[in-house]
Amino acid sequence: MATLVQAVRLALHYGETHLGVSDIFGEDVGPPLGGVFTATQGLKTAWNSPLDERGIVGTAMGIAYAGGRPVCEIQFCDYAFNTLDLLKIAGNQRWASAGNFDMPIVLMTPSGSGIRGSLYHSHSFESWASRLAGWKIVMPSNALDAYGLMLSAIVDPNPVMVLLPKALLRVKGDKPIPGEPDDPDELARMIDAPVGDRSLWEPQWPDVGEYFVPLGSGVLRREGAAATVVSYGRTLPLCVQAADELGRDFGFTFDVIDLRSIFPYDWPMIAKSVAKTGRVLIVNEDTEVTNFGEHILRRIVDEHFYDLLAKPRLLMGKHVPGIGLNQVYEQNTVPQLPGIRDALRELAEERV
Amino acid sequence: MSESLDESSRPRRSKLTAASLAVRSGRETLSVELALTLFRHMVRTRALEERAIKMSKSGEAYFWIGGPGEEAFNVCLGLQVHKGAGPAHDYLHLHYRSLGILLAMGMPMVDHVRQLAMTATDPFSRGRNFVGHYAIPAWNVVPVTSVIEVQYLMAPGTALIQKRAGGDGLTVVNGGDAGTAEGDFESCLLWSNRPGNELPVLMIVTNNQYGISTPAKSQLGVRRIADRALAYDMKAETVDGNDPIASWHAIDRAMKYVRTERKPFLLEAMVSRLHGHSSSSGAQRNWSEADCVALFEQKLIDANAIDADQVRAMKAKAKEEADAAVVQATAEAKPTLEDVERLTYSASKVDAIYPNDYTGLPTQNSK
Repeated sequence: MATLVQAVRLALHYGETHLGVSDIFGEDVGPPLGGVFTATQGLKTAWNSPLDERGIVGTAMGIAYAGGRPVCEIQFCDYAFNTLDLLKIAGNQRWASAGNFDMPIVLMTPSGSGIRGSLYHSHSFESWASRLAGWKIVMPSNALDAYGLMLSAIVDPNPVMVLLPKALLRVKGDKPIPGEPDDPDELARMIDAPVGDRSLWEPQWPDVGEYFVPLGSGVLRREGAAATVVSYGRTLPLCVQAADELGRDFGFTFDVIDLRSIFPYDWPMIAKSVAKTGRVLIVNEDTEVTNFGEHILRRIVDEHFYDLLAKPRLLMGKHVPGIGLNQVYEQNTVPQLPGIRDALRELAEERV
Repeated sequence: MSESLDESSRPRRSKLTAASLAVRSGRETLSVELALTLFRHMVRTRALEERAIKMSKSGEAYFWIGGPGEEAFNVCLGLQVHKGAGPAHDYLHLHYRSLGILLAMGMPMVDHVRQLAMTATDPFSRGRNFVGHYAIPAWNVVPVTSVIEVQYLMAPGTALIQKRAGGDGLTVVNGGDAGTAEGDFESCLLWSNRPGNELPVLMIVTNNQYGISTPAKSQLGVRRIADRALAYDMKAETVDGNDPIASWHAIDRAMKYVRTERKPFLLEAMVSRLHGHSSSSGAQRNWSEADCVALFEQKLIDANAIDADQVRAMKAKAKEEADAAVVQATAEAKPTLEDVERLTYSASKVDAIYPNDYTGLPTQNSK
């Protein structure tokens, strides 16, 4: 099975050969490197840009105005903060121009903790991004979803931000991408650039097929009765694991919702599950003041107050200026497996 | 408002006995026919700006911003644009002092007033944006935003597609002198001059020597803004933007270079700011700055290309045109409650919640 980052690369290949992607660009995105996480190796429309994030976003907007279909990359979301006003403009172009201009750009950027990235390779971005009206924001937690969300991001005629969970980029999927070879080593031989001189290297692309994950559609990773867990990105597999362990050890079963889309979010799925279980935990790793999860919590309280059997909960990153390098910082700043498991158990056991 | 206070001191009659065939400025000339066309659009632009200022003062509009003092340069630019849709035609990344460009290109006055009057018929923003914030797909005029200098970041993108497409289409980006302090101006220089990937961008700075209330000379230490091109071995020129003859030829030279060489050019035009920054600073006429309309009027009279009666008639006609646009636009429908969320998203076949347009936050019935 492909890793998440290989899935992104396969999606971009499909995009530039079948869906009209004209430019894949950003810092170190073109040859020889093909992206600091290898997401853009071997792609025919990939090129290197100056080290200028504002220029990257602005140029993508210009390319889109002129009929191109750009996918641009900000190398780490930690370095996207100086582009916020441009992202705002990209999101408002259609509304501000009363529908005169679409803005079909994809911005992809690695987000979140988990690679011992210290202060500036560990930020989360989804709460900031969720405030950019006019954008659609997605965050996959596995390879197949990364493929399907990227293809949807490409064909959607609106600006779409694909947040890639850094910690999961090298994790292999458990479901195959349509057309990928059965043997993961064979896939690596076909599409991973060799270490060292790669000037003569050409990828051998498998004949991957069309697969869209609709924007705004979550998925139930586990079904259960004790409570609802809503998460995405790095913390999603941890929620699944915690739910499985609590099922094995105590017999609690959970609805585990992989939101996949931050905006639009799958409110029908959340609402249905909360109405069923009456208990909900939202887990993400962004900082806890004005966190996107708080919006979901507010809606749950507003619309399902009388369905709730226990106080709804949020597990988030601490409101501190950064994630420190020593692992004592990271382990105690953003949610980890034991904390998620404890929160879930407490939620399931709370007496009404 | 455009008439000089001291009309009696100005000669209203040429000393020449025969009409000239050309109007001259230094070594450069324009045919009388073209000069009169430029003048007519300059007069129309001034008349509409003055009518718009009046609207902002009368309460018919909330806010005015524009470009009185930039008519000469902007009209020359508008008439030389290859207008149309798609990369074969010129792209325009403009700021909010560009009325002269658009009127010269053929925009009806009423469209400008519709935006000022916030009508539902405003073709650029449906009553959402400030005046002069155009968005015209048919002419490659991408949406004007109030955010200073960001247009310089988008210009390389359209130019990149134009260079790839072949042809002689170019990308025009304009802004003021104060905005050059933003890093986005340097980004445009940088992205337009990547070695081997130079782009057909005509970068324009209309230098009115102010940023709202702050004199440029108190903030910008660069000897000449056009010199910012030197570091890139990029062609650049500074022109008197109050002189339409000099401006016409400078734009012509710059455009010819960009169209044929497919490389960028930085053109700085020294212009006036005759009504201050915007209505927020009162929009009072500043009589101490050179007035390109009055100067060109005198030149045309001196050249016997036009006489005082014809000037008076031309101005009266422009004023009538502006007045009629205001009467029409202010009577048109305004946006309604239903417009608030409309036209946020384009229809998407891969969106489960918003397959058509934004409809408010996702609900239980969204799918």
